[in-house]
Amino acid sequence: MLAYILRRILATLPVMGIVVVFVFLLVRIAPGDPAAIIAGDYATPENIQKIRAGLGLDKPIHVQFGLYVTSLLKGDLGVSLHSRLPVRQLILQRVEPTAALAASTLTFAILLAIPLGVLAAWKAGSLIDRAVMVFAVGGFSIPIFWLGFLLIYAFSVKLDLLPVQGYVSFREGFAPFVKHLILPTVALGMVYMALLTRITRASLLEVLQSDYIRTAYAKGLRPTSVLFLHALKNAAVPVITTIGVGFALLIGGVVITESVFALPGLGRLTVDAVLQRDYSIIQGITLIFAFVYALVNLVVDLSYTLFDPRIRY
Amino acid sequence: MADRKQPMDTQAELGFIPYDQLARLQKLRRFIRRNPTMVAGGIMLLIMVLLAVFAPYLRTVNPVEMNPIERLRAPSGGHWFGTDMYGRDSFSRVIYGSRISLFVGLVVAVITSVIGLAIGLVSGFVRRLDNTIMRIMDGIMALPDLLLAISFVALTRASVRNVIIALIIPQTPRVVRLVRSIVLVLREQPFVEAAQAMGARLPRLLVRHLLPNTLAALVVQGTYVMASAVLIEAGLSFLGAGTPPEIPSWGNVMAEARSYVRVAFWLLLFPGLFLATTVLSINLVGDGLRDMLDPRIAKRMR
Repeated sequence: MLAYILRRILATLPVMGIVVVFVFLLVRIAPGDPAAIIAGDYATPENIQKIRAGLGLDKPIHVQFGLYVTSLLKGDLGVSLHSRLPVRQLILQRVEPTAALAASTLTFAILLAIPLGVLAAWKAGSLIDRAVMVFAVGGFSIPIFWLGFLLIYAFSVKLDLLPVQGYVSFREGFAPFVKHLILPTVALGMVYMALLTRITRASLLEVLQSDYIRTAYAKGLRPTSVLFLHALKNAAVPVITTIGVGFALLIGGVVITESVFALPGLGRLTVDAVLQRDYSIIQGITLIFAFVYALVNLVVDLSYTLFDPRIRY
Repeated sequence: MADRKQPMDTQAELGFIPYDQLARLQKLRRFIRRNPTMVAGGIMLLIMVLLAVFAPYLRTVNPVEMNPIERLRAPSGGHWFGTDMYGRDSFSRVIYGSRISLFVGLVVAVITSVIGLAIGLVSGFVRRLDNTIMRIMDGIMALPDLLLAISFVALTRASVRNVIIALIIPQTPRVVRLVRSIVLVLREQPFVEAAQAMGARLPRLLVRHLLPNTLAALVVQGTYVMASAVLIEAGLSFLGAGTPPEIPSWGNVMAEARSYVRVAFWLLLFPGLFLATTVLSINLVGDGLRDMLDPRIAKRMR
């Protein structure tokens, strides 16, 4: 088991390496001189030259890359081009709202999607099944920001039940913390939920057609015990895989959701950095998100054994 | 069998419809009955395309023309979707916005499919390159697509061309993986061996023998790429990292209207409705095409 974990971690290293190369190159191959962008429209050539030297952009590219990787390994993500604060510090300041939103969205999507998908597969072909599938396709097609505004309009403006925007830390009170997170969670979770519902249904449908399910029925088990004891666990692996792969949707969605609901998290930091062309922040956040994504999928891979003892390491 | 054809012939004679036309009509009717959602999606998509193409003839005015006197008017007979904070006609902006969305979606889908096909064919067939190519694709896939697109646009300048490039990069690995997985199965087939035995060179082998067998799956994947391209383009424009503000697109129209949730909700309602309908119709067509394909291939998508 331990050897397997180590091997899996080693296997993610090349992927992370390529991510680092890509993030590094993105700034270098993009048209336009970063130094000129930072200097602004009215900069003199000497000014631009000075900024370029300051960023190390005048050195050969392999030297630049070496410096970049060395500082990354030390946990240094560089310095913001605008506020001159370390990117690491800026990111750490903004982690809490994003982490809270991601956690609540994951919980919301999984807790709703799996029962819905199971219900649809169990009653395959029925009206319930079709309703769930329509809902799943619809959820996949609704833009997060539009859904967000619809929710704000209905629940905040018209019904006045929930706050329109903003974030309250759980340290300042649990009830306001939850109230501020409800709408963003629903808006962001819809796509993820739609995806998981589809996969749960498809995976369970396939399991329900297998021979051992027929055997379980044949030996006189009640339908509920066939479903809960025999079918569900075997349908779990594709669902877990999708939870991991779909995490990318969640990361992209976080940026948009935080913008709609004015949550001061990493997404907002990204959007502000885009508007100011602060590429060292964008690089840092992209790296962090890619790292989290790789980590989530590592955990997913390792969790397979819990659900399917046939997978051994 | 011969007996069964009889009533159809009489029916045709009675209704004065030539037999072959009737057969085609019945085939169409059966197709609609078997794929109701796909047909509905196709019709919705067709309407969207027609609206985009014939935008100037649909009671639209210049979508960027400002009219300060008519600011923030609610939807009415004169302005079907109301007017925005500069008095611009929201209906015209939404209709013209569909041009950007559909154009970006289509171009991204086509270019991504072509690039992905080329890389996927090579990766699936040339063992020496496979490992390297797939590791690079894994790396790109580990970067969330919206974030990758944001960084690209932020580093260049917001223009339709840059948005298209920014969308192609993160979508390509998906196509590559699909094509490669099909090629890996195909390369063990006897017809490939036969072609090799007859001395077919690599380019000919890839283009003449492998490429045609990947097309069906590629078209389905293409629709999904188009759906996500339309969604992400709108997201980018909404965040201010997409289509420049001079050109109305659903994303930036909604971005401008965001602070008017209370007073002018229609400015957010209609562009979003069009966007959601478009994405839904593309997804429905994609799902329908996928179900018509071999179900074993279908499982590898998404």
